[in-house]
Amino acid sequence: MPEKQSSATEKEMEHIEIMIGRILQIGVIVAAIIMLLGLILLLVHGGNGGYPVGHQPTTIKSILLGTIALKPYAVMMVGMFCLILTPVLRVVVSIYAFYKEHDTLYVWITTSVLIILCISFIIGHTV
Amino acid sequence: MIQTMLLMIGVGLFAGIAGAILGLGGGIIITPVLTLAMGLDIKYAIGASIIAVIATSSGSTIAYLRDEVLNLRVAMFLEIATTIGGIAGALLTGVLNPKYLYLLFGALLVFSGWNMWRKLRRGQENLANVKADPIATKLKLNGSYFDKAEFKEVHYQVEQVPQGFLVMLGAGLASGMLGIGSGAFKVTAMDTFMKMPLKPSSATSNLMMGVTAAASATVYFFNGSILPNIAVPLALGILVGAVLGSRIMQVLPARVIRIIFIPVILFIGLQMLYKGIGG
Repeated sequence: MPEKQSSATEKEMEHIEIMIGRILQIGVIVAAIIMLLGLILLLVHGGNGGYPVGHQPTTIKSILLGTIALKPYAVMMVGMFCLILTPVLRVVVSIYAFYKEHDTLYVWITTSVLIILCISFIIGHTV
Repeated sequence: MIQTMLLMIGVGLFAGIAGAILGLGGGIIITPVLTLAMGLDIKYAIGASIIAVIATSSGSTIAYLRDEVLNLRVAMFLEIATTIGGIAGALLTGVLNPKYLYLLFGALLVFSGWNMWRKLRRGQENLANVKADPIATKLKLNGSYFDKAEFKEVHYQVEQVPQGFLVMLGAGLASGMLGIGSGAFKVTAMDTFMKMPLKPSSATSNLMMGVTAAASATVYFFNGSILPNIAVPLALGILVGAVLGSRIMQVLPARVIRIIFIPVILFIGLQMLYKGIGG
């Protein structure tokens, strides 16, 4: 038993990699489905996004309110936001994979990437 | 409206296939279509390009459940450089004259194109004389992948890690400040400087450019530069295209990918030099 804990076997690693692949696929497919729903709504409304021409919801609150009201542009914005999050999801699950591989160095490297991403996110919103 | 939608899906499909094969963001295809053919403001074209980069990256990521071509360690290690470069780029906007950046990075891409052309003429994609950098060994960057065109496992070593890291810092700086070259510099750093084979370079660039773009995408998302009626059909087309493209990439001979890559990278480089000179 203690041997099993000390290092993940190749088979376990393969299992983890496939699980991660699945999580990423689901993430991207969810984003695509929401975007597609928004696009269909837009078609149903004859190209009317639910907002004045040249405008779209850009605050979290207006996007959520618009989504509840099934406004096409709001739903499309939610889908795009999910798409933007998929690479971040990739970084997060990679940290988990390296942790399972007992690769401490890369747990730190990948965590640093995540932290720098968060910093650039904050800077992007203040500059 | 339906016409625009179909055009965006079509352009996206093409950009996704090309982007996933070459490891580029597809901006060189999308930006001219949006600005020249559709007369869209450059601000919205950049917004759509950012979404396009992420769609290309994520689409090619999910093409395989277990992607054995990309090198996750190289990606994450170099990602530190591009993200720090990106932050520096955002902070240095207005301090550094973009003119010099255009000149510097344009020259770098032209050099890389020339270097790739030499590699092509020598007819070698072989990696026998690449010596692993001690840093690469320490960081476990050397890797292997199964080449579906040659039907064999290819083992490779990684050279000149500091130089590659430096080019990546510059790549982050350039894409943060100029909003261009998201993939071109990454492939250059890995292929030209670190002497990685072209396929892992392209696949790894695909993964990295999504992570880098995600950081700046939220800014564009909340300031209204991403038009849903343009970006959403574009992204859907790209997702499908990128899944196809990354499957095509794995069976294409590396030589063919290089033949497509060279004129593209030379074009981007010359365009940047032209901007730097003041065109």
